[in-house]
Amino acid sequence: MTSALLLEVAGLKKFYPLGRGSFLHAVDGVDLSLESGETVGLVGESGCGKSTLARLITRLIDPTAGSIRFAGDEIGATSSQRFGRSALRAQIQMVFQDATDSLNPRFTAFRAIADPLRRMRRLGGAALRDRVVEVAQLAGLPAELLGRFPHQLSGGQKARVGIARAIAVEPHLLILDEPTAALDVSVQVVILQLLDELKRRLGLSYLFVSHDLNVVRLLCDRILVMYLGRIVESGPAHRVFGSPAHPYTEALLSAVPNRDGTARDRRIALPGEPRSPIDPDPNVCPLYGRCNRAEEMCQRAMPALREIAPGRRAACHFPITPKTGIAPRHQAAE
Amino acid sequence: MIAAIGCVDRRAAPLLAVEDLSIEFRTRSGTVRALDRVGFALGRGETMALVGESGSGKSVTAYAIIGILDAAARITSGSITFGGLHMLAASPAVLDEVRGREVAIIFQSPRTALNPIRPVGRQIADVLLRHGNVTAAQAPGLAIEMLARVRIPDPKRRAAAYPFELSGGMCQRVMIAMALACEPALLIADEPTTGLDITTQAVIMDLIAELAAAHGMATLLITHDLALAAEYCSRIAVMHAGQVVEIAPTSRLFDRPRHPYTEKLIAATPAHTLSLNELAAIPGGLPDLRRDDLPACRFSTRCERRENGCLAPPLPRRALDDGGLIACRYPL
Amino acid sequence: MSEALRHAGYVLGENPLTAAAFALFTFLVLCAVLGPGLVPYDPLASDTARALSPPSAAHWFGTDQLGRDIFSRIVVATRLDLGIAVTAVALAFAIGTLSGLAAGYFGGWTDRIIGRIVDTIMAFPLFVLAMGIVAALGNTLANIVYATAIINLPIYARLARTEANVRREAGFVEAARLCGNSEARIVLAQLLPNVMPLMMVQVSLTLGYAILNAAGLSFIGLGVRPPTAEWGIMVAEGASFIVSGEWWAALFPGLFLMAAVFCFNLMGDGLRDIVDPRMRT
Repeated sequence: MTSALLLEVAGLKKFYPLGRGSFLHAVDGVDLSLESGETVGLVGESGCGKSTLARLITRLIDPTAGSIRFAGDEIGATSSQRFGRSALRAQIQMVFQDATDSLNPRFTAFRAIADPLRRMRRLGGAALRDRVVEVAQLAGLPAELLGRFPHQLSGGQKARVGIARAIAVEPHLLILDEPTAALDVSVQVVILQLLDELKRRLGLSYLFVSHDLNVVRLLCDRILVMYLGRIVESGPAHRVFGSPAHPYTEALLSAVPNRDGTARDRRIALPGEPRSPIDPDPNVCPLYGRCNRAEEMCQRAMPALREIAPGRRAACHFPITPKTGIAPRHQAAE
Repeated sequence: MIAAIGCVDRRAAPLLAVEDLSIEFRTRSGTVRALDRVGFALGRGETMALVGESGSGKSVTAYAIIGILDAAARITSGSITFGGLHMLAASPAVLDEVRGREVAIIFQSPRTALNPIRPVGRQIADVLLRHGNVTAAQAPGLAIEMLARVRIPDPKRRAAAYPFELSGGMCQRVMIAMALACEPALLIADEPTTGLDITTQAVIMDLIAELAAAHGMATLLITHDLALAAEYCSRIAVMHAGQVVEIAPTSRLFDRPRHPYTEKLIAATPAHTLSLNELAAIPGGLPDLRRDDLPACRFSTRCERRENGCLAPPLPRRALDDGGLIACRYPL
Repeated sequence: MSEALRHAGYVLGENPLTAAAFALFTFLVLCAVLGPGLVPYDPLASDTARALSPPSAAHWFGTDQLGRDIFSRIVVATRLDLGIAVTAVALAFAIGTLSGLAAGYFGGWTDRIIGRIVDTIMAFPLFVLAMGIVAALGNTLANIVYATAIINLPIYARLARTEANVRREAGFVEAARLCGNSEARIVLAQLLPNVMPLMMVQVSLTLGYAILNAAGLSFIGLGVRPPTAEWGIMVAEGASFIVSGEWWAALFPGLFLMAAVFCFNLMGDGLRDIVDPRMRT
């Protein structure tokens, strides 16, 4: 039986040259996999590289190194321009963060949704019109709104246009880059439930990029935590949230306010600022200097992302063991 | 420097009283009735949140308090009393004195709220020179002290930095430093952490809470994030479409919301105990505030508990025993 | 479409000056299109007996030094002047906008080469450059059009380049790539419509300048040649008679010239209000 792995990323790197031999390590060696029908969450703060990673996977930008396999085919090697002309372009689509920014201000909703259909499915005339209306309906957008411009639509409606456009060509993998970040709470619920329903109805797989941990918790089967261009933890969502293994994940979770007002007491504040992503030392853990569990080893050898429990991986020499919660501080790496 | 006028009595109880405030905006497409008889009070050293979605009027309320409303705004009723001073009747000269010294505000996008072509140390010094009793020689040193107080590392060097050289979190700390430089009695924070990372948000809010407690400063937090409000404020006022629908102590608000909108808002907020299916959307949408025929309760069009009495004015506003308020004819 | 007309009506209603400019523009276009058929006299028919007669019932604007009816000549000249201006601006707009968009969007060598060409044109005082081009290539109508087009090209190129540069990173450009749009298509179908409102304003302003340019060239003898009726020539010929008191020969063509430029400038703002959908509702 062939593996149901829809997406397989290995050793993915994206370095931006800054001149004089210096490079910005936006994505610094990422391995991840996504099975068909899964929703994987990618969380991290600004500067961690999750947006770059999302754009690499969507093939909007080209990787510096590493491989991206989609349904078995290596897609990392073709340039993004050539990929745009291939049949696989329609298979991977993206829903953007700011619907206002991602919709052409001079295009009506109809034209925005029709664009991929015209370009990739070569539809026209009545067939095009029918499909646009059909897709708009799937996304919960009433047909009367199709003639409107973005500035005449509400935030939720614009989000729906963005979603309709993304699903119009029947992709298999949808990258969602903070799709509800700009929306009010009540609209967010509706859009999230829509995304959930569409996933089941259309058999989609999602890579959900977000900094909002509460939202990720609701929608995702597995989550990946990113820091300074690397994946530092991965595992089933409820397990990672329930007992984080990596110190950064722990600190991140402790920063989420909750309605009981108790978050402040259990706050783990990481002192200082993140290390520079420019020419980082390959032997020093990215969290070194801010981590309260640091030892000598952490600045001598980069911790690899390794399995610490079935289905759970963490890139730490001294992960917080899920079972006991007590740090195996003097356990050498296997 | 006029010392006599603009005297704000910090021991006034309540420190800030907004009563019956209604504001309209004249726009090209009609008159927007942004606020409808908004009222609440804030005591000395208290922390209170104005929570609402976009269009709820929370920012308008904040700007009205500090007197920086858009020129198209017209205040059609109500009053704002701050430390005994009637803010809406005060002259611009008085307001200039009061702003920065007795009441300060921090805004949402820190980098855009700072002057991009002036080093941050100088911007803090500007506030000190204007409102504090300091000399030009003392100001720069005090500015560096303020930067240290908001925990900016290496404050002496950072004082010479421009806003674009600092991260979003640091810019927000600079804004806090500017706001707190003269130790005001009231701090208004208008969505201070929207757009910031969650760890930065935690640090910033913890800092505000700590400094407020240290100076006995009252805090009015404007936010759309219920959980954030719950974390940092002892009382929460929920706003919808320009009306205050409920005010309650935080502890009680989540356990026993009295207003249907509050209940729905809580049910729509993702929190770690709920699954996606348990989240409920709030039906309908905001009413068009340009209409003449708005019902007395602006939530009634979206409320399944609506009766005929909800449409006709006046909207009953009842004070509750625990200091709360409920603006509903048929509360939960 | 009806919404567009309704909005157009609204803008004109709010802004009487713009409405006046549009009315004047309509009048000028009518002159250009219908004028030659409706003028009372043949613009080229000279009648030396009636040379330099002042404005009267028979000759509304008087006659020039060869006895030709000034009014008829002015109306007929409208077609020529407008024609030159419109053609030149169309050329400048097309070439300038496309090259500017390409330069701003693609960057790199495209930007450098186009930038240098534009810089070279702008290094000259523009009217002097136009004079030079016409003098070098010959005094034909086509060359006047080309010269006017060349000197107006940089404005469009610069404007388009800036706009493309700003929008290059916009979300909808990325989304367009996801939809399978080629880069060329993105520039033409996605960026160009966004740039049009500003371009429309510029077109209107440039039209005014182009008319002045054509008239200016004719005024100094490098443009259209007599006996063709053209505002610039008429002002040039009439100028020598002002001293002797025959003011009408230079004044009326000059007035029309001024009115045309004025009208185009005012129209620019009004056009932008109408064309840009973001200024609606």
